[in-house]
Amino acid sequence: MFDDFFIRALVAGIGIALVTGPLGCFVVWRRLSYFGDTLAHSALLGVTMAYSFDLNIALSVFLISSVIALILIQLQKKTNLPGDALLGLLAHSSLAVGLVVIGFLTFIRFDIMGLLFGDILAVNTNDIFTIWTGGAIILIVLKLIWKPLFASTVNYELAEAEGLNPDRAKAIFTILMAAVIAISIKMVGLLLITGMLIIPAAMARNISDSPQKMVFYSVIGGLLSVVLGLFSSLEFNTSSGPSIIVAALALFILSLLNIKQSIKLKN
Amino acid sequence: MNSQNTLVKLNNAGFRQNGKWLVEGVSLNVEKGKIVTLIGPNGSGKSTTAKIALGIYKNIEGSVEKYTNKVGYVPQKISIDWTLPLRVNDFMVLTESIKDNEINEALSLTGVMHLKNKNLGNLSGGEFQRVLLARAISKKPELLVLDEPVQGVDYTGEIALYELIKKISDTLNCGILLISHDLHTVMTATDHVVCLNGHVCCSGSPIDVAKNNEYKTLFGEQASQILSVYEHKHDHEHSHEGDIKKN
Repeated sequence: MFDDFFIRALVAGIGIALVTGPLGCFVVWRRLSYFGDTLAHSALLGVTMAYSFDLNIALSVFLISSVIALILIQLQKKTNLPGDALLGLLAHSSLAVGLVVIGFLTFIRFDIMGLLFGDILAVNTNDIFTIWTGGAIILIVLKLIWKPLFASTVNYELAEAEGLNPDRAKAIFTILMAAVIAISIKMVGLLLITGMLIIPAAMARNISDSPQKMVFYSVIGGLLSVVLGLFSSLEFNTSSGPSIIVAALALFILSLLNIKQSIKLKN
Repeated sequence: MNSQNTLVKLNNAGFRQNGKWLVEGVSLNVEKGKIVTLIGPNGSGKSTTAKIALGIYKNIEGSVEKYTNKVGYVPQKISIDWTLPLRVNDFMVLTESIKDNEINEALSLTGVMHLKNKNLGNLSGGEFQRVLLARAISKKPELLVLDEPVQGVDYTGEIALYELIKKISDTLNCGILLISHDLHTVMTATDHVVCLNGHVCCSGSPIDVAKNNEYKTLFGEQASQILSVYEHKHDHEHSHEGDIKKN
């Protein structure tokens, strides 16, 4: 019924949605959307590094994103610039450096559009393996640091006072962000990964009254977005990344109806 | 001083932020089953001292020795981000998994059992304060640090909560570091008072502190009289005829 590439894309997309759902909730809770953007922009540099040195793309993106995250932490300590300025500086300069390096790599033909917005045709069995094993590791680690990470998201001092070591949890979470970007870059594209993290979580916030429910709906929303997005991408011959994000947006708009209703109920 | 009952001990501790001392030279000792109260005007370093004791501030002068990891904390200010959907029930298990019946018990003790499934963002200031206290005691801590735990609580509730705090210190045999503005209530239940004003003005039993001249200049003569009322409490009765009968 469907071509193999489509099944592969579906399996890969589902794997990504399972990971971005819970992680995305923390991105929304901790106000890290722009931070996610910065890491995603730096992923282009990671991809060019992978081509230059013949490395695995996911590994290379993961390493570069982690380095960018470390540089950010150092810059925050050593300069008086506000956080958003530092994020902008790193996001755009790493994107620019990535594009300049591509210019030098004349021997390779890059599908820039595919990199920026995702390409379902490019998803192969290896990618599926990377997404599912990487994703499983990310989820296990997230489960392990859940308590300190969540407690410090609610209130840093409470977590610190009651012995949960929030700083370590925060550092590990940063690495998880880099990892999720690394595994999903091929599918969703570097300009839209943050959308995949934020939009289903934002949708879930509108219909949840507890953190567990929000994580659950965020995962469901991500899965629906992937399925709907990929089918319409096949139907209308559009890029996979934008199609998935548009589907997520549609779900978000639907969830707004729930807010209106609950406000009416209160009155 | 350093007996095996000590839970946390500050030795000449201080903390400096942006080149300004928030508090310095504080030495105190919280022991099992004892209530140590910090008093002092605004900006005198009470909350800072609590945060030093809790290990929230890292680069401190002097030293802090902590002998327990079972800590319950009620902070003075708590800013919770409402991008988080959080019910009272979720908040209760924030730093430690607690059995459902223990959650219920703690919420009942502070009188907010009916709010268990309410969203934390919809509580009033006083209700939230009671939930904060319930959360801190539900984990049966060895050390409780309470930074103005009854702020915003109604008058009768305030008295009941102070009685509860005293009861908790007895039943759990935990040490309490308490910060309060309410001299009346504090002094009756406290074992040891530390009066702060950027440094330790004076410290000792409530009665000793009340007699101290620095305390009098800081809080005024009236505050000193509040304490002397308690000093004389129950040692004599006034009969209808006006004569005084010693107990």
